[in-house]
Amino acid sequence: MIGTGYFTKSIWRRYLAEFANTIETPYQGTSSDPTIWFELTARNQVILHSTKVEMGQGVHTGLAQIAAEEMGARMEQMEVVHAESMSGNVDMFATGGSTSISSLWTPLREIAATMREMIRNEAAKIMNTTPDQIRVEEGTVTDGKDIFTFGEVVLLVKEWEEVRTPDLSPIEKPKFIGKPIPRVDLDAKVNGAPIYGMDAEMSDMLYGAVLRSPFIDASLSNADTSSAEKMPGVVKVVKEEDFIGVIANSFVEAEKAKEAIEATWTKNQSWNYKDLEEMIEVGKGNPQPIQKSGSMASLESDDEALIIAVYKSPIGAHAQLEPNGAVAFVEEDNATVIMSTQVVELTRKEIAKRLGLSKDQVNIKPTFLGGGFGRRLHTPNAIQAAVMSKAVGKPVKSFLSRKEEFQHDTFRPPTHHVLKAKLNNEGLIEALEHNVSSGDVSFGSPLLPAFVNNLMGSDLGAWRGGMIHYSGIPNYQAISWRVQLPFATSWWRSLGLLANTFAIESFMDELAEKAGKDPIAFRLAQIDDSKRGQRLKAVIEACRDKADWKAGAPEGRALGFACSTDVNVPCAQIAEVSVEDGEIKVHKVTCAMDPGMVINPDQVKAQCEGSIIMGMSAALFEKMTLEENELKPIIYGPYKMAQLKHAPKEIDVVLLENDDKPGGVGEPPLGPIGAAIANAVYQLTGERKRSMPLAEA
Amino acid sequence: MATLKLCPSELLTFLSNSRTMEISFSLNKEPVTVEVEGNTPLLWVIRDTLNKKGTKFGCGKGACGACTVNIDGLAIRSCSYPVMAAANKEVLTIEGLATDHPIKQAWKEEIVPQCGYCQPGFMMATNALLNRKAAVTDEDIDNNISNVCRCATYYRMRKAIHRASALTQENA
Repeated sequence: MIGTGYFTKSIWRRYLAEFANTIETPYQGTSSDPTIWFELTARNQVILHSTKVEMGQGVHTGLAQIAAEEMGARMEQMEVVHAESMSGNVDMFATGGSTSISSLWTPLREIAATMREMIRNEAAKIMNTTPDQIRVEEGTVTDGKDIFTFGEVVLLVKEWEEVRTPDLSPIEKPKFIGKPIPRVDLDAKVNGAPIYGMDAEMSDMLYGAVLRSPFIDASLSNADTSSAEKMPGVVKVVKEEDFIGVIANSFVEAEKAKEAIEATWTKNQSWNYKDLEEMIEVGKGNPQPIQKSGSMASLESDDEALIIAVYKSPIGAHAQLEPNGAVAFVEEDNATVIMSTQVVELTRKEIAKRLGLSKDQVNIKPTFLGGGFGRRLHTPNAIQAAVMSKAVGKPVKSFLSRKEEFQHDTFRPPTHHVLKAKLNNEGLIEALEHNVSSGDVSFGSPLLPAFVNNLMGSDLGAWRGGMIHYSGIPNYQAISWRVQLPFATSWWRSLGLLANTFAIESFMDELAEKAGKDPIAFRLAQIDDSKRGQRLKAVIEACRDKADWKAGAPEGRALGFACSTDVNVPCAQIAEVSVEDGEIKVHKVTCAMDPGMVINPDQVKAQCEGSIIMGMSAALFEKMTLEENELKPIIYGPYKMAQLKHAPKEIDVVLLENDDKPGGVGEPPLGPIGAAIANAVYQLTGERKRSMPLAEA
Repeated sequence: MATLKLCPSELLTFLSNSRTMEISFSLNKEPVTVEVEGNTPLLWVIRDTLNKKGTKFGCGKGACGACTVNIDGLAIRSCSYPVMAAANKEVLTIEGLATDHPIKQAWKEEIVPQCGYCQPGFMMATNALLNRKAAVTDEDIDNNISNVCRCATYYRMRKAIHRASALTQENA
C-alpha cells in the first residue's frame, strides 16, 4: 500500500521537474580576474582563455565577439585558446547543455568591461591624464591627441592595476554582436592544423591500448598476457583492478599486442535487444509525474473517445569522428593531460583521486574536440592513460578503437512512449497525457551530484522535451518512467528531446487529423498567451509562412510540421519529403527558432543546419542493437548514418529574437525534425510511423 | 571511391610482410623515405612518422573517410592502405593543398567546418573528384563522396563543393 507520504513527495518532485524545465543554468567558473581571462600582448593580440571548449558549436567565436564588443577591441586581434586547468580559470560544470553563451553572457561582459577599464586606467597614466579623458575603441586608446594600440599600452604596463567592475550599459550600436562574423578557428580547420586531442604529442611518448570487453554485463575471468608481453615494441603490460593496458612504442604495436591477450569473459546474464524492449515498456519501471495541469479524470474511462498511441526510439550512438583519448604524463608530484573533453574539472578531480594527487597538481590542457555531442562528459580513458604513464614514467597516449567507441559508448537510451488523449466537441484537446519510459541519462552521471537525482526522483535528461508545451489545453500531464539498463546510457546531444518530440508531435498530428483540422492551426489554437506561449506561436507562424505551408508541397512530395521547446528556446520545422520505392527522402527543411538575442546569426544557422541533419540521421537510419551481450554494429556503414547524398539540399532558417538575452542553440533545433519527417511520410503514404528509425520497415 | 588494387605478387608480399623496409614516395611534392613495416597503414606513417596531423584517424577500416588522402590523384582511405603500396607514388594531404586552393577558399567562403575533424578528408575527396571532373553535378557529389561528418555540415559542404568547382573552372 502506498501511503500519503508517497503522494506528497511525488507532487513535490513534480514541481521540482517543472522548475528544472525552465531554469537557466548559471555559469560556474572559478575566476573573474580579467588578467587570467585575457592575455594582452605587445603584438597587439587579445588572447581569450576560454573555459568553454570548442567542439564545433562555435562557442569560441561567440565569446570572442562578446569580449571584443565590451572591451573595445577589434575582431581581427582576438584569439581564443582553451584555458588550462592550472591557470586557475576552470569551469566547474562542463561544456554542454546548450548553456555556454547564455550562462557566460553577463559574466564575460563584466570581465571584458573590467579589462577595458584597466586598459583605460593604464592609458591615462601613460598620457598623464585622468581615465575619464581616455576613449577606448577599435583596439586603441586616445586622449584626443595621442593614440596608442592595446599592444603599445601593454608594452608600458608594469603591473595591471585593479579597477572596480563597471556597470554594464546596454549595447546600443553593436559592432560585433549580432553579426555573421566568420569562425575564429576557420583557417586552422580548413588547413588541417593539429588542434585536436588525437594530434597531441609529448616528447618520448609511448602508446597505450586498453583491453575492453566486447560484451555488456560480463566480467573478465581470465587474461593470459604472456604472448602480448613478447610482441614487438611492447614496453609493459599494466594489470590494474579495473583494466589491463598494453604500452608499446607505436599505436599499431600496442593494438596488435592487445589483440594477443587471451581473455576470457564471463557473461553474468544473457542479453538480446528484445530483452531491452520488454524492460523499457511504460508501466514496468519507476514512474514519476513531471508535469500536471488540471484533472486527468477524463482519460480514466476507457471509452471509444480515448485515443492512444505507442511510440518507440532505439539506442543511438554518438559516433563522433574523433575517438576518445588522452595523452598523459604523470610524474611524482604532478600530472599533465592533453585531451579533448567536455569536462575539464571532472577529469582533473578523477585523475587526482586515482593518482593520490591534489587537484592543483593535475593540469588538464583541453584541445579542440573532434565532435562532442555529450560523448566527452565521461572520461575513464584519461584515467587509464594517466595510470599507464605512471607505470612507465613516460608520457602515454591512449585512445579507443572505433569498435570500442561503438561498444563502450554512453548511448542515447532507447525509449517507449504511451500517449493518451481525448478531444472535446470543438475538436480541441480536452486532456493529454505523455508517458515516457527511458534508460538513464542524468542518473548515474558524475556530472550531477547524486543528491540532485535523488531529490528529483526523475531523470531530467530522459524527460527533456517530454513535457507538454500546449499550455492552452485544460488538462495535461507528463510522467517519466525510469528503467535501469545493463549498459551505460547517458547524455546524447539534446538528450530526450528528439525521441520525446517525435512521440508528442507525431501524436499531435494524429489528433489534428481526428479533429479534422490543419495540423498547424490545431496547435496554434492550444497555446496560451503567456510570454512563453507567444514566443512559441511566433516561431510556428514564422515557419509556416516561410515554408508557404498553404501552397503545399510540389507534386509527389508532402510537408510535415513539428515544434518543440528546449532550454526555453522554441523551434518549429517543416520537412518537405518524398517516398520513392519505399525510400524516405528529405528535400528541404524550413526552420524557425527563437533563441532570444543572437550573437552570431551565421553560427546559429550552422547549429540549426547541423542539428536538423544529425536529427534526421538519427530519426531515419540510426540504431544500435544487442545480440548475445554484444552491442552492434561496431563500424560506420553498418551503423547507418546520413551522408551527403541523404542530406536535404535546401535548409531555410529564420531566426526570431523575442528575448533580450541569448539562449541555447546547440540542441533545441534537433527536436522537431523526426516528427516533421514522420508527419510528412504519413501525408504521402497514409502509414503512421511510430518507431524510429523511420527508414526501417 | 577508388579501392586499393595490388597485383598478386604485391598482395602476397603485403600479406606475409611484417619486416621493416625502406619505402620512398612523394608527400606533398617533396620526396620522402621512411623505414617502417611495409604493411603499416599509410595513415600512421603520415601522422606519426612524417608528423603531418591534418589527415585524421576515424575508424581504421576505411568506413568514415576522415583519413582520405590523394594518391596519384585518386581519393584513398589511408587507414586501410599499406604504406608499401604507396612506394614511388605521389601522396597529397590537406597540408599539400595551397592555402589559397579553390577548395580551401570555397570551404572558407561557405564557413563549412564545425568541429572540423572530418573536413580534411572531405576536402581531399573533393579534390580527387574535381581532378577527374571540374564541373560537378549534385549526382557526382552524391555518388563519389561517401565520407561521414557527425556535425552534419553536409548542407554547406555541398555548396562549398559547387563553389570549388566553379572556382576551379574559372582558374582553368
